[in-house]
Amino acid sequence: MQKTPWILQTLKKLATYYRSVNGWALKVLARNLIVFRKTWTTNLAFNVVEPLLYLAALGVGLGTMIEGIEGMSYIQFVAPGVVATSAMWAAAAECSYDSFVRMHFQKTYHAIVATPIHLEEVVVGELLYGTFKSLLSGTVILLVIASLGLVLSPWALLIPIVLILNGLVFSQIAMIWTGIVPKIDNFAYFFTLIVTPMFLFSGVFFPLDVLPQVLHQLAWLLPLYHIVVLLRSLTIGLITFELLYHVLWLTLFILIIFPLPQMLMRRRLIQ
Amino acid sequence: MTVVVEAQKLQKKYNDFEAVAGIDFHIHRGECFGILGPNGAGKTTVVAMIYCFNPISGGKLTVLGNDVTVDTRSIKTRLGVVPQENNLDLELTVRENLLVYASYYGIRRSEAHKRAEELLHFFSLSTKADQEVDRISGGMKRRLTIARGLIHTPEILILDEPTTGLDPQSRRLIWEHLRQLKNKGLTLILTTHYLEEASQLCDELIIMDQGIILEQGKPLDLIQKQVGAKVVEVEINLEHSQALVHTLEHLISGYQLAGNTIYLYITEDETEAVKIISSCKHVHTYRLRPSNLEDVFLKLTGRGLDYAEDTMDFTDPKKIGHLL
Repeated sequence: MQKTPWILQTLKKLATYYRSVNGWALKVLARNLIVFRKTWTTNLAFNVVEPLLYLAALGVGLGTMIEGIEGMSYIQFVAPGVVATSAMWAAAAECSYDSFVRMHFQKTYHAIVATPIHLEEVVVGELLYGTFKSLLSGTVILLVIASLGLVLSPWALLIPIVLILNGLVFSQIAMIWTGIVPKIDNFAYFFTLIVTPMFLFSGVFFPLDVLPQVLHQLAWLLPLYHIVVLLRSLTIGLITFELLYHVLWLTLFILIIFPLPQMLMRRRLIQ
Repeated sequence: MTVVVEAQKLQKKYNDFEAVAGIDFHIHRGECFGILGPNGAGKTTVVAMIYCFNPISGGKLTVLGNDVTVDTRSIKTRLGVVPQENNLDLELTVRENLLVYASYYGIRRSEAHKRAEELLHFFSLSTKADQEVDRISGGMKRRLTIARGLIHTPEILILDEPTTGLDPQSRRLIWEHLRQLKNKGLTLILTTHYLEEASQLCDELIIMDQGIILEQGKPLDLIQKQVGAKVVEVEINLEHSQALVHTLEHLISGYQLAGNTIYLYITEDETEAVKIISSCKHVHTYRLRPSNLEDVFLKLTGRGLDYAEDTMDFTDPKKIGHLL
């Protein structure tokens, strides 16, 4: 009997995770959107009000004490970063706390996997919903900063695409934690150790070249860094070929970790 | 009759713990098949393997002609599942719960609406259709969960402890609905630890304990075979129980002790037996009654369904003495 080489078997197995992006996963997304339609007012307030407070305090308050950075006013420098971070928080919160509540307390995943939909497709549906929330709150902040005259270039029309990448990245990172954490309280570590450092050291509030060379280079490992570079460049219309590297970095990151949330969720829920 | 579920040497292991230890059974189309047993017997694990939630660890399990290790999607499409815990969408209304669930099966909107109205009517939920699920009673939630399991007109409905935690009235109402569904020809698989539920609804039963099947058959046959038609419950001080059993030896097929109560399975002349019991001065009280499934269970396991989780040995007066 001929044995399939293990490498082929592994690849075949991995391919099934990517195939979970399908019509069944969209049904799970649709379910979440139906619930969202009922709860969006409270939802959106949370995602939108907080970034606006940052923008007011830092841009208008702190900004008056800072001369320009890289030829921009401080509020101009910070605004695209606030779009990026609000989108990050939206995805991270959705696929951690909210997903955990659906998975663990409401047993929504159990209800869905009793139908033709598989667990892997439930996970992908959740990721897509996290991405939707991220896109939505990023876009709302983008419109706000545009109305304040802080968007200078029509290249900003491409920002929603970057926000989708952003949403996928952080939905996945959060979902990995949801697949692991024993209790809902453990998400505090996720936010303290991962989300907050990313928030502070990705070049949102200050240009990274003020940091020691080593730390500056380490920022390359942070997904939010690439998002912030892209958003800032698109809002001011500073378009270079280099931006594609950042897009490539994000795309590869999304594709490489893609099987993980599904694998971990299966290991968690199904014995 | 067509076999719709067939298990051969079916086994389930969680790490080192064997929850289901190689059991065989088959379920026919149109019957109500009960899995009776105490908590921890392996009932939920068995049904979860049937609806393809838990993968099997050994043996073979065929559902509606499909092997569960091969094609779970086509099995899941044809089954309805009512889980032990209600997992309804709390933010949605009663009707929306049905419609959203219908969408998972790819049922067209107009068709789903029609089917939802029928089910709401059947389960007397029409007046609550636009209420949020959070605001309806426990019994209604349970009925809605059953309705949800039927939205795609499945061939088999699996119910995991359908009435656990409900008040007697709601429980009876659910039994009534399940009986009607059975009469319409739907195959039902239900787990329960209520013997009354099992005897009210089930055509075929397996009695499970600690991962194995102790006995299987029709409820009445099981009672007849294991304990006979009549039981006398006698309350007596333990030290005198053996003597009483000895005197009645020729009239009983067996007996079982639980606490201070001794259950005597009467085979011969019940009047004679009662006469002997009532004349015994150590007997506190006694009661002659028709036997039921609980007697079968007690005899098979040496424990009642309610005591099953305890390891305490009620038959040893020394052990129980210091508790009193």
